[in-house]
Amino acid sequence: MSDLSEDIRQDHIRNFCIIAHIDHGKSTLADRIIEKTGLLTKREMQDQVLDNMDLERERGITIKAQTVRIIYNAEDGEEYVLNLIDTPGHVDFNYEVSRALAACDGAVLIVDASQGIEAQTLGNYYLAMEHDLEVIPVINKIDLPSAEPERVKQEIEDVIGLDCTDVPLISAKNGINIDQVLEAIVHRIPAPSGDRNKPLQCLIFDSLYDSYKGVIVFVRVFEGTVKKGTKIRFMATGAEEEVVEVGYFGPGQFIPCGELRAGMVGYITASIKNVRDTRVGDTVTDAERPCDKPLPGYRKVTPMVYCGLYPADGAKYPDLRDALEKLQLNDASLQYEPETSAALGFGFRCGFLGLLHLDVVQERLEREYGLDLVTTAPGVIYKVIKTDGSVMMLTNPSNMPDPSEIAEMQEPIVSAEIMVTKDYVGQIMTLCQERRGVYNGMEYIETNRALLKYDLPLNEIIYDFFDALKSRSRGYASFDYEFKDYEPSKLVKLDILVNREQVDALSFIVWAGSAEERGRKMCQKLKEEIPRQLFEIPIQAAIGSRIIARETVKALRKDVLAKCYGGDISRKKKLLEKQKEGKKRMRQIGNVEIPQKAFMSVLKLDDE
Amino acid sequence: MTSKEQRGIYIHIPFCAKKCVYCDFLSAPQPDAVIQSYFDALVREIRLTACEEEGYGPVSTVFFGGGTPGLVPAACITRVLAELRACFDIRKDAEITLETNPGLMDEEKLSAWRAAGINRLSMGAQSFDDRELKLLGRIHTAGQIREGFALARTAGFTNINIDLMEALPGQDLCSLQKNIEALLALSPEHVSVYSLILEDGTYLAEHLPEFPPLPDEDTERAMYWHSVRFLLAHGYRQYEISNFAKPGKACLHNASYWERREYLGLGLGASSLRRETRCTNTSDMSEYLSFTALPDIRRNVTHLTRQDAQAEFFYLGLRKKEGVSLEEFRDAFGSDARVIYGKVLEEHEKDGTLKERDGRIFLTERGLDVSNYILCDFLP
Repeated sequence: MSDLSEDIRQDHIRNFCIIAHIDHGKSTLADRIIEKTGLLTKREMQDQVLDNMDLERERGITIKAQTVRIIYNAEDGEEYVLNLIDTPGHVDFNYEVSRALAACDGAVLIVDASQGIEAQTLGNYYLAMEHDLEVIPVINKIDLPSAEPERVKQEIEDVIGLDCTDVPLISAKNGINIDQVLEAIVHRIPAPSGDRNKPLQCLIFDSLYDSYKGVIVFVRVFEGTVKKGTKIRFMATGAEEEVVEVGYFGPGQFIPCGELRAGMVGYITASIKNVRDTRVGDTVTDAERPCDKPLPGYRKVTPMVYCGLYPADGAKYPDLRDALEKLQLNDASLQYEPETSAALGFGFRCGFLGLLHLDVVQERLEREYGLDLVTTAPGVIYKVIKTDGSVMMLTNPSNMPDPSEIAEMQEPIVSAEIMVTKDYVGQIMTLCQERRGVYNGMEYIETNRALLKYDLPLNEIIYDFFDALKSRSRGYASFDYEFKDYEPSKLVKLDILVNREQVDALSFIVWAGSAEERGRKMCQKLKEEIPRQLFEIPIQAAIGSRIIARETVKALRKDVLAKCYGGDISRKKKLLEKQKEGKKRMRQIGNVEIPQKAFMSVLKLDDE
Repeated sequence: MTSKEQRGIYIHIPFCAKKCVYCDFLSAPQPDAVIQSYFDALVREIRLTACEEEGYGPVSTVFFGGGTPGLVPAACITRVLAELRACFDIRKDAEITLETNPGLMDEEKLSAWRAAGINRLSMGAQSFDDRELKLLGRIHTAGQIREGFALARTAGFTNINIDLMEALPGQDLCSLQKNIEALLALSPEHVSVYSLILEDGTYLAEHLPEFPPLPDEDTERAMYWHSVRFLLAHGYRQYEISNFAKPGKACLHNASYWERREYLGLGLGASSLRRETRCTNTSDMSEYLSFTALPDIRRNVTHLTRQDAQAEFFYLGLRKKEGVSLEEFRDAFGSDARVIYGKVLEEHEKDGTLKERDGRIFLTERGLDVSNYILCDFLP
């Protein structure tokens, strides 16, 4: 086996990541670095090499971390191995980010030369500091006419306290000063420590399922050596397997090598069938010569948001189950369990890290597996403390116990940081207040910009908070949050009755104070979504037996095409086919047909 | 004659003097030279079709539709009919209809049509209000409708249809009533009442704000039912959603569409149903004018599956006031409609849109209003 890794000196390895606020150019810089190091020709370079899922490319967000090993010939004449560990770029995936950071020794922090520090710049920086990473600030997009590198330098020094004397001023897009970034990585980020002879200790920072190799575990080796044949143990799950292959990450491919030693980043395969055995953050050790204790920081990822996923065509239930199974192979944070709904039939209650994660899964199911889905309104997990003292984690509104059995309800609260220019502080404070936010203080980053701190119920931000934030600040606000705790709250279950029949899939849990308004808006929205049918259809919102809002869908008055085109019936047929197709996409509730998208309409209640 | 034996021929004449604002039919003004070569191509198609369809007939109905067949020189019509007679077995008592604009009817043309064998006229009157006619872009006036009608009677036409449109821009029930009264004063044998439909791409659809407002759905339905009641009270029978006739004067050709009898469509964009196969001619004029063999112009040739045919039986047949016969369904398909469409029939009998009486299933008045909503359920 021709194997570069055999000759690699530990002090010539640099393990680093790139962190940035969204859109500050993380993926573009990664592309340029890979290009510079010459492992890929320009022709081979796809834009944004690291984001290889279609969806990621379309959305411009890194969802699944990708990692690549590159060789850099530095100005000092030495050859260095750089392991670039890409990190997910969305707050939904914060835990994955933290594990990716834990695998690094340093981080390149990109700041946009026009926009300066944003909420996620700070969030990511603090995360990097928690992991004792050497942080190299870089100012990107200096080619833009609106760039103000001097101001941004000052801001980084003042707010973050990083020395910006030699800060690389770059344009990742145009490949300007990328060498300076590479030199800084080599000279400022420390080489990994660790002893190849000690008991094995590897951190799992990602994994993916491959139909040939089984689960491929991405690891950073902190101590010891792992190679083919090593019997490894996953310390959190206790699973043990024999290593089939180890290797490193070529651009877009896995390259086997002889062994992975302390300080190296690479992958392990061991005919593991399920990613659930290989949890991100877990420690891999040698089963025959285990290390004393696992690496710190592991926790089981728990979904924050739940919703029901149903096949539009009930017969496709087994297909949906298979598709979820396959997706879960690659996405340990996706959870699901079967449920049934009177309105929607057989489906699954699924747990996600956040709304983006939900969107991504839903789109992948539809796109990659050709499924047509009905999604119920996403909700957070409520804690119900019953009068008998037992505690229930409520993921489905339909399972809410009778109010007489409930002693207290609690909802998840997040700590949020919002960065905004001073002109919009008032607007954003109003928004947070509307969303039941509790003010936790404000700091001025510089004279023009403020960092607002609020505790907000997760329930209030999962739907459209980000959009509202953007629209009320003309795009100038940025936002970051993390889970804080559960707090008592006055919550009620809002039921929707269509033609006097309760539609379980439309029930949701809401803060008592906004129940009436939500109920009213929900009825209005459903009135728009439900097409006129043969009879009048009342739509009602109720809390328990109390009706709090009502709308009426008038009966269908006219639906007739009388014209005839000289015996050409094709038009008539097309019209009827279209109509039939429309009916198929409806759900029969009692004798009312409800279009699938109505079940998602609760999401859009705040559209003006 | 029994319905099984009835066969029809449809001739499409895609020419008009001027496109009306609401029209999306395959029709346009064309220079005389195009019209002349069109009839050459049409005769070619008739001859080739007669060879291909040897033994088609006897033909009970011929229908010249458009466009405005009344626009072209009467000699062209004479030529086509002579050609049809030479190539097909056209029954002596065949119903032979020609559509015309009321403004194009003069003594000379009428007698030529008579002589050629046209025995039924269909006049596209649309309205008897000159303001409405102008708004629609029609080329005729209310006066011309009356004159044309009288001339046709004089020429010996004893079977005349008048088309009326309702739900016109700015129309209300009173102005519609005046139109119906004016129409009834002529006492035609047959009346077609169509609601104006806003079709994409028409002048009306693209310049809607320049027109008086269209009546809303409720008004449109009120207009429809008002005209139905009024015509019934004046001795007309409604035999189809939009068609009314004095006893014995229902249009046989039209009915053949709803009864799925065979018809050959000849001319630009014309449609045929033959041996459970539907096809439509090209709608590209230059393609049509230069064709040499039938496959050059036949488009969308679709063989109907048994399921397609059963669906058509219902969604076409239910346009007839008397609905469809369960026995005919059994005769045609060898199975019971109640078995094949049990759930659909039951559901709509329950919701009051379909009814069975004397072995026939028909749309109720409520069902007629929302017929598409019902009919789509019969599709496979």
